[in-house]
Amino acid sequence: MAFELTPDRKAILDELLPRYPTKQALTIPLLHICQEQNGHINEDVIAYVAKTLGISTADVQGVVTFYTLFMQKKVGRNVIWVCRTLSCELAGAREITHCLEKKLGVHCGETTKDGEFTLLKAECLAACAGGPMIQLNDRYYENLTPEKLDEILDEARKRRDDKVKGAFSPVGILANPGSK
Amino acid sequence: MPVENPRILTKNYGTPQSWTIDAYERSGGYSALRKALTMEPAKLVEEVKAANLRGRGGAGFPAGMKWGFLKPVPGKPNYIAVNADEGEPGTIKDRTLMELDPHRCVEGFIIAALALDVHSVYCYIRGELVLAIRRMEEAVREARRKGYLGDKVLGKDFKLDIVIHAGAGAYICGEETSLLNSLEGLRGEPRLKPPFPAVVGAFGAPTIVNNLETLATVPTIIEMGGDNFSKLSRLHDLKDGGVRLYGVSGHVNKPGVYEAPVGITLRELIEDLGGGVRKGRKLKAVIPGGSSTPVLREQDLVNAPDPKHPLHRWHGKSHLDVPMGVDTMRALGTMLGTCCAIVMDETTSMVRAAENLMLFYAHESCGQCTPCREGCAWMARLCTKFANGTATRQDLDTLLDVANNIMGNTICALGDGAAMPMLGILKLFRHEFEAAIGHEQPSWGGVNA
Repeated sequence: MAFELTPDRKAILDELLPRYPTKQALTIPLLHICQEQNGHINEDVIAYVAKTLGISTADVQGVVTFYTLFMQKKVGRNVIWVCRTLSCELAGAREITHCLEKKLGVHCGETTKDGEFTLLKAECLAACAGGPMIQLNDRYYENLTPEKLDEILDEARKRRDDKVKGAFSPVGILANPGSK
Repeated sequence: MPVENPRILTKNYGTPQSWTIDAYERSGGYSALRKALTMEPAKLVEEVKAANLRGRGGAGFPAGMKWGFLKPVPGKPNYIAVNADEGEPGTIKDRTLMELDPHRCVEGFIIAALALDVHSVYCYIRGELVLAIRRMEEAVREARRKGYLGDKVLGKDFKLDIVIHAGAGAYICGEETSLLNSLEGLRGEPRLKPPFPAVVGAFGAPTIVNNLETLATVPTIIEMGGDNFSKLSRLHDLKDGGVRLYGVSGHVNKPGVYEAPVGITLRELIEDLGGGVRKGRKLKAVIPGGSSTPVLREQDLVNAPDPKHPLHRWHGKSHLDVPMGVDTMRALGTMLGTCCAIVMDETTSMVRAAENLMLFYAHESCGQCTPCREGCAWMARLCTKFANGTATRQDLDTLLDVANNIMGNTICALGDGAAMPMLGILKLFRHEFEAAIGHEQPSWGGVNA
């Protein structure tokens, strides 16, 4: 089925368009907005972005495959990015990663059967002083211990807020239609 | 000498709601902009030159000189692209500015735009930093509402808008030409230089790409005067001026972001600011300024008996006691980088540290140039062999060979940025790699290790 942005999300795009000299510059922002609506980027989304911006689907596909934040398959309601880079590893990232894998029953790169969590490894998230750390959806959790993880996972499981999700968009909040 | 605590860039850190325009204005914010509006653009550039402001993104290029390279083209706009794609492992400073004092950043962008006759500033922030993006976007909106941005900046006939642009997760987009491609909606692959961005940059127009902290420093420079700002540094005489943000992470008691003059020593950063190595352990190695900068050890001494040597002043002293400046660190065979150190204590396996870093570069290589694409992955695989005890003596030679064949053979500096720390670790810790032949490295990465 063809993909279309909802009117409120389309309004975000319309506000962003005049800020750039080319339409193609909207590729990444528009993909963010689409992903937030659709949950991931599939062929329909790529076709929509290409058509909307007047570029080829190959151009869009190239961008989607280049950037780690674009999900090419369905992800869980929550996405956990666990930082594996040096400062975090020195502070205990391996133990935190093993803990997450055990608590969720999945390996990094997988989604839990109930669709609640996708666990992914992240490269340095610029929070080295707070290692070990994870990004859960759009929020950072720092100075983690195995005990803290329980709380964080419980809280995420209980939360029913639609606005917080694994397929978050840093752009959706950016533009605030109507405010100048 | 105790480390000075200037509280200039971090003046508002800790203030309640420090990210709002009210808090910023209460602390004297936007007064530098009012002063800048009374000055000629050329005078603004002159002040930044006099400030000896070295780029805070890692390369340390003099910011004023870079501004001087802008080559306006008739019929084309000039652009500023702000590099806030903070992704170099260990680097944690720009995020704090965006989250805690976004208006300082915005004010810096506006003054830079006045100096360079720019009417659109694009601030490229990595997509993961959602809070920073929200705070920056809100700051831009507040500034527009108050008349600092818009068709007439504070009533002056000068139109300016700032666009906050979110990336989507790619370390390479911190490389300036890759950032421009990404901003244009392309894959973040670096461009061949020349032409340099100051001639052909964003959307084919002349563009100055500056690190976010570099621009966030500009209001202070305009307020106090370039020369006065430069003199805050301990390396004023080496044309490395002012104060800057330092970061320290890894095995220290108080990891964090700290403000200090340019030219404090690594020992001061680790001991005085970072609270010393944790659990009273000994220091094994420190990566001085982000993962691409080769490691240093305490026991290595400066050997510069020649009075003309740039490090002669510190002859016989430990590498940790040399002031951290762009030129001093380069003379030591490493780089100042982003001034965010990663500290490793005596329990650290340098083989595992190298493996960790090489896996990072293998993941982040954009794949455009063969030496980097293949070489980084190759170095990572070899390091993994050393870590799990299956490496042979031949692998050590191969590792050196691969690293040496990346250096200088790629379009951008990512490949060098991987090979340099690899070669640096092999130079100082070759014995650990030799000892790892046939012996698996002890496990690591525990929270209480």
